Parts: sequence; structure tokens; C-alpha cells
Amino acid sequence: MQKYFYRPSTGWHCRPIESIYMYPLCTGLTHSQLMLGFSPFSRLHGRFRELAPNLVPLDYTNNPDITLTSCLITAMPELKENPFRQRIVETFSEDGSGDLSFSDFVDMFSILSEMAPLDLKITYAFKIYDFNMDGFLCEQDVEEVVHRLTGEELKPEERKLVSHRVMEEADLDGDGKLSLTDFENMISKAPDFISRFKLVSIPCECQ
Amino acid sequence: KPAARRKKAKPADSEEEEEEEEEEAPRKRRPKKRKEGGGEESEDERPRGRTKKVTGRKKAVAKGDGTEVNSEEDEGKKKRRRKAVSLLMLSGSSHSGSESDAESLSEGEMARLKEEVEEKKKQIAMLRNKPWRMKRRLNFLKEAQEFVETFEGALGKGKGRKLYAFKVMMTKKLIKFNRDFENFRTACIPWERKIKEVESHFGSSVASYFIFLRWMYGLNMVLFGFMFGLVVIPEVLMGLPYGSIPRKTVPRDEQDTAMDFSVLFEYGGYCKYSVLFYGYYNNQNTIGLLKFRLPLSYFLVGIGIFGYSLLVVIRTMARNANEGGDGADEGDFIFCWKLFTSWDYLIGNPETADNKYASITTSFKESIVDEQENLKNENIHLRRFLRVLANTIILCCLGGSGYLIYFVVKRSQDYAKMDPSQLSWYQKNEVEFVMSLLGLVCPPLFETIAELEDYHPRIALKWQLGRIFALFLGNLYTFLFALIDDVNEKLENEKLIKNETFWALQQYYANYTLYYNVTENIPPPNIAPADVIRGPCWETQVGIEFVKLTVSDIQVTYITILIMDFLRALIVRFLNYCWCWDLEAGFPSYGEFDISGNVLGLIFNQGMIWMGAFYAPGLVGINILRLVSSMYFQCWAVMSSNVPHERVFKASRSNNFYMGILLLVLFLSLMPVIYTMMTMSPSFDCGPFSGREKMYDVVIETIQNLPAFMANIFIYASNPGLIISIVLLMVLAIYYLHTVSEGYQKANMDLKKKMQMQRDEEKNRRNNKDSTNQVMKDLEDLLPNKSLIPPPEPASQPPGKSPKVTGKTGTAANGKTVNLVNFEKDVSLAAANPRGPMTRPPTARHPRPLPGAGRGLPPGYGRGRGRPPPMR
Repeated sequence: MQKYFYRPSTGWHCRPIESIYMYPLCTGLTHSQLMLGFSPFSRLHGRFRELAPNLVPLDYTNNPDITLTSCLITAMPELKENPFRQRIVETFSEDGSGDLSFSDFVDMFSILSEMAPLDLKITYAFKIYDFNMDGFLCEQDVEEVVHRLTGEELKPEERKLVSHRVMEEADLDGDGKLSLTDFENMISKAPDFISRFKLVSIPCECQ
Repeated sequence: KPAARRKKAKPADSEEEEEEEEEEAPRKRRPKKRKEGGGEESEDERPRGRTKKVTGRKKAVAKGDGTEVNSEEDEGKKKRRRKAVSLLMLSGSSHSGSESDAESLSEGEMARLKEEVEEKKKQIAMLRNKPWRMKRRLNFLKEAQEFVETFEGALGKGKGRKLYAFKVMMTKKLIKFNRDFENFRTACIPWERKIKEVESHFGSSVASYFIFLRWMYGLNMVLFGFMFGLVVIPEVLMGLPYGSIPRKTVPRDEQDTAMDFSVLFEYGGYCKYSVLFYGYYNNQNTIGLLKFRLPLSYFLVGIGIFGYSLLVVIRTMARNANEGGDGADEGDFIFCWKLFTSWDYLIGNPETADNKYASITTSFKESIVDEQENLKNENIHLRRFLRVLANTIILCCLGGSGYLIYFVVKRSQDYAKMDPSQLSWYQKNEVEFVMSLLGLVCPPLFETIAELEDYHPRIALKWQLGRIFALFLGNLYTFLFALIDDVNEKLENEKLIKNETFWALQQYYANYTLYYNVTENIPPPNIAPADVIRGPCWETQVGIEFVKLTVSDIQVTYITILIMDFLRALIVRFLNYCWCWDLEAGFPSYGEFDISGNVLGLIFNQGMIWMGAFYAPGLVGINILRLVSSMYFQCWAVMSSNVPHERVFKASRSNNFYMGILLLVLFLSLMPVIYTMMTMSPSFDCGPFSGREKMYDVVIETIQNLPAFMANIFIYASNPGLIISIVLLMVLAIYYLHTVSEGYQKANMDLKKKMQMQRDEEKNRRNNKDSTNQVMKDLEDLLPNKSLIPPPEPASQPPGKSPKVTGKTGTAANGKTVNLVNFEKDVSLAAANPRGPMTRPPTARHPRPLPGAGRGLPPGYGRGRGRPPPMR
């Protein structure tokens, strides 16, 4: 498919090619903001490539189908301290296994950036906390979140109590689990959700 | 294989494109709808794939399935397209040339096409808000862009076409320019990187301080622009040079020491007689070639600084209120927020992460304890007594510190009358020293006393902030009153000097007349500007006091950081190797970054700037230096020697709290300045308003110099009748708005109550009717043998089948699913009144019914209640 084509009515046109240049439109991130830098191959791609230099090519115009395994991704400095890192990569990977292709990677960073709108963030936060992926946050999920946040410090009864209280507070329709609507209603009022649900691209020393 | 198929399909597509371009118009509704349908389909496909994975299938299968679906979708689309094309060919076979085609587009079609294109564009803009996978977004974007590219050109006819194309091009350019500009603007935000770095180590609450600091810097930059652009630089460029008139010259007896560092350090000597202070400015009405009205500009800038600051603070407050004011009470979601928003995703540092874990755990434990002991209240009398005691002690502290400052300021006035060479350094700087010391000692003292009260940490923090605020404010105002006393004294003094000079002048004229026997054209007395007798110039004195206060505040802050944070961190880290106990975990440990204290310090510093800027124009510049340096210095100090907070601080709410304090401080610092401007008469021999009775006379003079009709307008506008009626109107408006907002609040409360009631009702209905009320229970018991509820069927108990059923799709599963539904119905009916449903282990949810997939399920299925949990 050639890049340019002629149309008698309006003249020469540039055929939009599927490439890295389209990411800004898809995500709301601008080129320079955190992500792509002024040249498309700078930061985010650099970060991705840095994880596996011999796997990921420099040239991404044809969008090669390359995925990196979750352990590579979760070792990034942004994620490696996060108790939900495994869930994050699982949520953003196409097949739920935690392996990310470059577009998934961009997806992850765009949603966890400042530019993403609140409701999108809420949707993904919900997905992340939904450990058994049934579309609801049940008490089990909530207990798992508590467990990840506090480790072994809380007794199982206390964990139960917390999850019980969470249900009591946020479960509006009383079905014993949080749907996305319940979750949205609860978290959109939280003062620091939007300021905390984001990753900072820590500058790296790549070429 | 699917990829190959797609490739095969592609060239066909591009061949079609040329035809499409002209002939798409009539059928453009349909493909879009189809596309949407496709979107839904694939959306529904996803959960299916996921459950497959859950039930244990290989992920590769799921993946293959997904792509297959995609390619199927593509195929379908293409087929339908082709069909549409052929249909079109049949219906409108007469069209062949592109020209005639274009003309054949009717107005309505045109409008529709335009609408379509617009819609596509909107969709592109909204794309970023859709929770889709990136691949799907890319595909969608590609298609939409292609569509827009194709049809944008086809719009417009004949003459209009070129114009339309031009318009489209221009909008594109404009969008690109806007985007670039936005990029540029974000790139211009200073210290973004630095703050991000701090944020990643310390979380967002510490970063909020730095963001506040940056905001303050922005505000001060504007003030600086006003002050320097309209007052200082015109004076430097166009005003009389140094040494030309008495007010711009160092007096003879001070000249020897004017360049000494010790003098300059106290803002005496050349420093005092420079553009930094009020006294240097000349009272010439217009200066330079441009006839710049400096005194007027000075006065207006002095007022404008307050006006601008008020505007900005109020606007920011309103914006914050819009963002955060969702009306949720803090108590509504204590556990939820703790659970879902306490982890800061920004944290990338192991140490910080450990701290965060610890703090989250403590906060959970605290809440659990709170929960358990909410109603317990032991020995309320003792606690009350302790609280009263604590408050008394703190009031005593406040009063004592106020008195101390008053005493010190009085004494410093006595010192000022003495010979400066006999005074020690301490005696010269007593006021600043004592004020800084009080600011340093009192807050920790308050914190210690607050231990007595045993409040909840959040309330304790509010009290603490309030007390520090009261302390600072009390100190500042005591200082101000003492200063005003001083000024009044100086004014008396000045009157004497004024009379004296006047008398000397008269004497001179009389002598001159006597001597030369002329009564007219007497030359002014020939005295060097350095020798002229001058008044005390109280404005400059006030300015110097404020500059001193600001600078000493900066010094104290920096030295505190160096000692309390940096040195402490050094000692803790390196002495830990050879110490009896663990220094890092034990007593000194590392310092925390004191957000509230720092923010309050910043706010009070700003208050000082607002108060002092009128009397010392250079103060704004000094403040800019302070803000910039403290940005770097504090960033460094935080990164090098602090540990993150134990106590979680709500960022956005307290933001408006701080803004409120800032507004209060602004108002409180505005009052004394306006008071002095309006009531005190300016010094007779220094400053831009010298020779006038009151400072605002400048404005009146200017108004009188204006053309007659403008002057009339101003005179009418300043008519008391008009002003009073306007004030009345404003009061009425405020009252009205207040009433309206109260009404809204009430409605809000009602709605909330209703929601709560509904929620409780629902819960009760679902859970156990035991707790609803006694009457309902009695009614229920009265029912004949509970005949509405059939006995549970023992046959439907085995739960093992359901996971298999959920896993399967397709027609074969249909019958089973229906069965399952029946069985579920039974169970749910049987268990309509479960006594303890919360103990039931949570269940994985059944996949949703797929709409349009031929699996029509009866309503009531979706809930899936009472169904035995599928094995996982």
C-alpha cells in the first residue's frame, strides 16, 4: 500500500498509516508529554526497548507483534514496588496473561497518566482490583486487596471486618458485591484517587 | 491464516475506494451502523474469552478466537459493503463520471454526509475516553480517519468546494497549532520534573506542598511584573539619578559607613536610599520623555497587587471547590477510601513503599479500633478537664508570646534612639530574633500540649493548624500595632522637623531679602543634597522592618532545615554504626517533611510580602529569589534527609483549607496597608506622595486633570448615594445567592437521605427481614403456613455442574443453561429468606447473557443469587 494517493477532487492525500504516530490521538497523551518525546522513538518506546533490547526492534512503523513477559514489565521501577503490579499487567495485556505488546504498554502508561479522564481511570482501577475477573468486586477481592496492602499484619477476622465494612459502605444495591457503578460512585468522591492512581515515568538513562 | 485473509481483503478495499468516494453517499448510514454492531459484538466477545481462561482453557485458544472474530467481522463488513455497492449500481446505474456524481448529491445528502464526517471527528476526539484495547483503538482510528479523509474532500460543490477544502485545511492547521501550543505550554511549566521526582518518592501529599509553592511563585511573578515593570524600572530609567536630590542621597553623617557590610546588612546606608524602598521615589508628577505618571502608577500598583491577588485566590478556590466538592461526607466511605485510594501508585522507592505499607496498616488498625470502640467512652470528666487545661495553657502561651513581642518591639524603639554603634548585634535584631524563635518553639510545644487532649488525629491536626495560625497572626498583629505606635511617634517628630525646615527656609528668604534687597526671584538655598535636614521617613522604616522580617524568616527556615533535617539525618545514618540503640528506628530517627508547617510558613511569608510591598517595592523581588531558592533547597533537603509521612494527609480538601487561610491572611494584611494609605499623611520629604495631604490625593488630582466629561463621570460615580445603592444591591445579590445555595444544599441532603433509605430498604429486603421491623415480621408469621414458598427440591442440590455449563458456548449449551436457570429460580425462591447471606462465600459471576446471540434468557437471571458457587 503506497503512502500517498491521488484523488481528483482534492489532490494528493497522505494515507494514514498504522503507526506509532497514531498513539497520541488514541490516548490523549501529547507527543512530548511524558511519553513519546519529540521523536516518536524516544521515551516510551525507549523504555519498552530497554526492557529487552535484543527482542524489540528500533523500527516500529510496521507494528511488529512482539510481547514481553510480565516479569520483565513488573521489574520496571514504576511498578516494582506496587502491590498490584501483577494485576496491572494482567489487566492491560490483551489475553489476560500479563504479557504486554507495545500498544498494551502505551495503553498502560496512558491510562495511568495524568491525562486520562477520571471515568477511564475508574474503569481500569475496577478491573485491577477485580482479582477473579468476574466483573464484580466481591468480598474475596476486597480481602485480597486488604491482604496485599497490609501483608500479614491484620488477622483474618480483621480482614473480614474490613471487607464487610467496605461492602456496607459502598454497596448501594445490597447484593453483597460491588458493581462498577457502586465503585464509581464511591471512588469518584474520594479526594485523592485521581492524584494517586497514576504512574510517573521516572526518567531513564537510555540512549 | 486470518492475517492472510485480511491481506487479501485489503487490496480489494483500496480498489473500491475510488468508487466509494462518489457513491458512498446514499448508503453511508448503514456501514456505520454495521460498524457499531460489530463493535458491540466484539465487546461481548471479550468476557467470553475471559471466562474461558478462568475455566482453564489455554490462553492461546482465546487469542486465536479473538483474532478470528475480528477477521470474521472484517469479512462481514466487506461483504456487506460490496453488496451495497452493487445495489447502488443497480439503482443508480446512470452515474458514471465523477463530476456528474458530485453534482447529483442533493442538499440533504450533503448535510447528512457533513454530519457524518463531523460525527466521525467527534468520535476520534472521544476515542481517548473509551476503555478499549489499544489495538482496537488503532483500528478504529484508522478507519475513522480514512473515512474523514475520503469524504471531507467530496463535500462542497462547485465554487464552495475550494472554500470548504480550504476551511478544512485551516481547521486542521489550527488543531495542530493548538496541540503544539499545548505541548509547549506543558513543557514550560517549571520544575515539573523535580516535583515528579519528589512525588515518586514521597507520594502526592508532599508534592502538593511543592505544587503550592510553584503556584505561589506564579502569583509572585505577576506581582513582580507589576511592581518592577510599572514602578521600579521607570524610576531607574527615567527618574532623577542618585545624588540629585536629598531623598536620593545618603546624609552627610552616614556617608562614611554607608558602604560597610554591617550597615548594608541591616538595610542602612546605600541600601536604604535605593529603589528598594519607598523613600527613594520622587514626587514629580510626570517623569521622562514619556510623561510617565510615577506617583499615580505607584499608588495604583499598590492597590492592584491586592486586587490581583484577591482575584487569583478566589478563582483558585472556586475551581478547587468545583473539583472536590462532590458533597460526600468524609464519614461515608472511610474504609473504602482507605482501601482503594491509600496506595499511591507513584511510589517507586522501596523505602517509601515500606513506610506506606506500615502507615496503611496502622491506619487500618486505627479505624478498626475506632469502629470497635466507637461507643465506649471512659472517664469523660477527666478528658474534659484535660482539654480545658490544654486550651488554657495554649491561650497562656499565645498571650505570653504576644506580650513578649510587644515588649521587644517597644524596647527596640528605645534602642533605635540610641547610638547604633553602641548596640550589640542581638540588640539590633531582637525583634526578628524573638519572632523567629517563637515561631520555632511554639508549634512543637503546642503539639506536646495537644497530647493531653487525646483527639482523633484528623481533628488534632485541625486544632494544631488553627493554633499555629493564631500564634502567627497574633505575633504579626502585635508587631503591627507596635509599628503603628512607632509610626505615630515618628509623625510627631516629623512635624517638628518640618516646621524647623520651614522656619529655616523663611529665615533664609528674609536674610536674602535683607542682604540683597530683592523680593523676587530668590534662588533656592544652595545646600548640598547630603546636608539637608530631613524627616524620619516612616514609610521607609516600615519597609525596612518588613524586609528584615522576611530575610530573617528565610534564614531561620533554611538553618532549621540544615540542622533539624540534614544534620540529624547525617547523625542518624552515620552514628548508627556505633551507637547503643537503633537510631533509625528509635528516638531521633529521620525528620518527616512537615507539610502543614511549611505551607503555613509560606502563607505567612506571603502575608508579609503583601503588607510590605507597598513600602518596599524591592521586597517582591527578594521574595521571588526566596521562592526559587527554597524550591531547589527544599527539594534537595526532602530527597536527601526526610522520610515520608506516617500520617496520611488529604491533599485536595486541605488544599482549599490552605487557600482559605491564604485568603484570610490576604485580607488581614490588606487592612493595615489600606488603613495607612487612607488615613496617615505621607512624609513631607520622601516618597512619591510627599507634599500631599493624603496618598490618594494622587488619584483625585489625576481625575481633576482629565477632560471635563470624564471628571464628571468620576464625580458622579463617587457620589455617596450611588455607592450606597450599589452596596445595597450587592448585599441583596449575596443574600439571594446564599438562599439559593442553601436551598440546593437542602435538596442535596434530602436526596442523600432518600438514597440512604432506599439502600437500607433494599438491603433489608435482600438480606433478612428479621431486622426490618416487628410489624412486618408479625405479618409474615401470620401467613398461612408460608405457602408461597415451595419447599426446596432436594434434586437440585448438586452444584458441580455449573462451571462446565458456564464454560461452554454455542447452541449445545443452550438447553442446559435454560435448565440451570429454572433450577436457579427454584433455589432462589427457596432461599428467598436466607438468614445469614453474608457468610456465603463470594461467587465468581456467571457470564452475562449475550444480547442478540440467540440466547434469550428470562429476566431475573442476571442476578445469579443463591446459585451455588462454581468451582474455580
